[in-house]
Amino acid sequence: MAQQQYDIIIVGSGAGGGMATYQLANAGLKVALVEAGAYYDPAADTQRTQLRYPWESPRRGASTRLRPFGDFNACIGGWELDGEPFTNKGDTDFRWWRARMLGGRTNHWGRISLRFGPLDFQRKDIDGLGENWPIGYDDVKPYYDKVDQLIGVFGSNEGLYNDPDGFFLPAPKPRLHELFYINGARKLNVPVIPARKSILTKRINNERGVCFYCGQCSRACSIHADFSSSTALIYPALRGGQVDLYTNSMVREVTTNAEGKATGVAFINKETRQEQHLQGRIVVLAASACSSARILLNSKSPQHANGLGNSSDHVGRYLHDSTGASRAAFLPDLMNRDMYNEDGVEGMHVYTPWWLDNKNLDFPRGYHLEIGGGMGMPAYGFGFAVNQYNEFLGERVGGYGNALRDDVRKFYGSRLSIACRGESVPQYDNYCELDPTVVDEWGIPVLRFNYHWTEHEIKQARHMQDFMEELLVASGGILLGTKPGADQEYGLTKPGEIIHEVGTTRMGTDARSSVTNEYGQLHDADNVFVVDAGTFVSQADKNPTWTIMALSWRTCDYIVDQIKQQNL
Amino acid sequence: MKTLNRRETLKSLLLAPLAGGIIASTGCATSTGATARMNWTALPDSYSYGRTAVEMQTDAELMQESYFREHELLTIAVLCDIILPSDQANGGALDAGLPDFVEFIVKDRTNFKLPIRGGIAWLDVYAIENFGADFINITEAQRLTICDRIAYPDVTEAVLQAGISFFALMRNLTLTGYYTTAAGFKDLGYQGNTPNVWDGVPAAVLQRHGVAYEAEWLAKCVDQSRRDITAQWDDDMKLIS
Repeated sequence: MAQQQYDIIIVGSGAGGGMATYQLANAGLKVALVEAGAYYDPAADTQRTQLRYPWESPRRGASTRLRPFGDFNACIGGWELDGEPFTNKGDTDFRWWRARMLGGRTNHWGRISLRFGPLDFQRKDIDGLGENWPIGYDDVKPYYDKVDQLIGVFGSNEGLYNDPDGFFLPAPKPRLHELFYINGARKLNVPVIPARKSILTKRINNERGVCFYCGQCSRACSIHADFSSSTALIYPALRGGQVDLYTNSMVREVTTNAEGKATGVAFINKETRQEQHLQGRIVVLAASACSSARILLNSKSPQHANGLGNSSDHVGRYLHDSTGASRAAFLPDLMNRDMYNEDGVEGMHVYTPWWLDNKNLDFPRGYHLEIGGGMGMPAYGFGFAVNQYNEFLGERVGGYGNALRDDVRKFYGSRLSIACRGESVPQYDNYCELDPTVVDEWGIPVLRFNYHWTEHEIKQARHMQDFMEELLVASGGILLGTKPGADQEYGLTKPGEIIHEVGTTRMGTDARSSVTNEYGQLHDADNVFVVDAGTFVSQADKNPTWTIMALSWRTCDYIVDQIKQQNL
Repeated sequence: MKTLNRRETLKSLLLAPLAGGIIASTGCATSTGATARMNWTALPDSYSYGRTAVEMQTDAELMQESYFREHELLTIAVLCDIILPSDQANGGALDAGLPDFVEFIVKDRTNFKLPIRGGIAWLDVYAIENFGADFINITEAQRLTICDRIAYPDVTEAVLQAGISFFALMRNLTLTGYYTTAAGFKDLGYQGNTPNVWDGVPAAVLQRHGVAYEAEWLAKCVDQSRRDITAQWDDDMKLIS
């Protein structure tokens, strides 16, 4: 039987791969979508974790190795995967999150959906560090506009230059602790605006439901009222009949011919452990920044001896993740709360975008602040250190008996927390490469990470800590814990921990210092594209998902156009 | 979803000295002769909540494993009952199946195994030295005397520190194990985890806390009466539906 020749082979079903599947299938092209994990639909009761009570789990929602964010979390994956190791060189401590399921990481993220702004594409012009993107906000804006309307995102038009307006759904009203934060931020002249999240507070079509405010997007929504790649993009694409879905299929390499052009992919069927091949005219990599880099580096041939797309030796280089730091406070004003359903949407309803000018600061690049607190559903960990806040009230900590019930009610919902997410400066010396000696269970060479924060990120974290303290106190909070100092890099998260890794196949006009052109097309093989965050030249102080999807859509339009012009 | 209550399966262990193999029997312990029973609600031994095949197998294996000796389980039951008694309307630790929960959680989070086993042993040695029998075989008043000494982290007496750490761990697990049951939800008054339409903090609550919604902010928020009308925007990105 002659093997089917696909127009497009897409590797990975997360934000970038889902958008490419949707766009290219809708353009009438025959698509193979290859995913390393299993099929997943949160609407299927056998896979549903949403609206379950903690006692439906023997561990009451505690984390497991297979679900590090709690065992009701939708994302099957984690920092450590059976049979799929990675390594760190020297004192590098990179954390690499991988999802193994249809929809990838879009099943568990916080749905924070922020456009990059005009400044975010030209950071080198501003501070002389890193590199400018080969494109600007005006190139991407039409796609952000289309993503907003196709996927749905709530927020508000604020007229902020670098946090651009969009086609927003209306925002949910703030919760009580968020009103305290708003008041605190106002005192310090720090802006605070409605959060921007891809959750349907209002109907956008007849296929997806409208949010019913369980606050559990991280468990994936059974009525598809939040965005995940599978629910909003892949299921509709599958219904069109143009897509063959290959699950449990671990891509090893992109195969190439004597001209150095891609001919398809070789993958391991994880159920049979057999290697299979798919043939296609165009290969679109969307396996995540590091996984796509790994596939390229493993795609060695006489024409691409250094790995596919790697004549520049830049595949894997400029790997960077967002910075992060957090702090919490006890709000005495919120003791002994009145009880009502405050679940709302997952996570924050309000946030603070970056508001300062780095000219007056000792570090480059900014960060945004995410606000936490409220009367969330008890899960494993609830009641730990039950009355530790008694120390602030001059009362005794500890004890036993029914008095603890009063303590639980007294302090429930009285915590306010802030998490900062910031922009790091991409470094040539922060990279992933193939480990020369280690393979995974299918014999595929694994990635080895080399990554160190620089003084830029450490100084930024110091600023985060100082400002979080000011904001928490201004909001009426009593600070919890102690401020991490220089010895702890000011509480700066480990690289990889924020799960915003980008930059490994960055785009550019110079084939000697970039891997793809502005459309994610490899300089070295014109029928191979990258549509995950690998192409990012710099990761703004924004979450990457919205930009991944905008750029993926832009690439798809380019592919369709180039096919029409018979250039592909 | 299963609700725990007293009418369900009970587990029951006799609160009496054991024949051998525990610290008490090798020490100078004497029995108080108490033969009260410890009863608690049995927790399910299988669960179904969207698990993968690998997870189902992992959890089934954990359920099969037996970690605590009967004496240890009894001690856990006695301690949990002291920490959260069952004399209240919404029951307490034993109604919430705490010994079963602790048993599962130490198998799942294996770093708890040693602190709890060692903590129980510490408690027995302390009870024997002070009251002549292991913890479950001294009088209730004597047990509470010990708890009064180890239930507070501000106690600095060096000899008690291991006991204080152990008691804090048991208090954490007891409260978490109780407040993650239906009875605990009721005791707390938690009202979420159910489809609803969030329309802001109730007015009386805003008033009580001296905060208010600004009109300008509310203008950006969803009009819940129009949530089911399909979104449309004008060319200036303004929502018009």
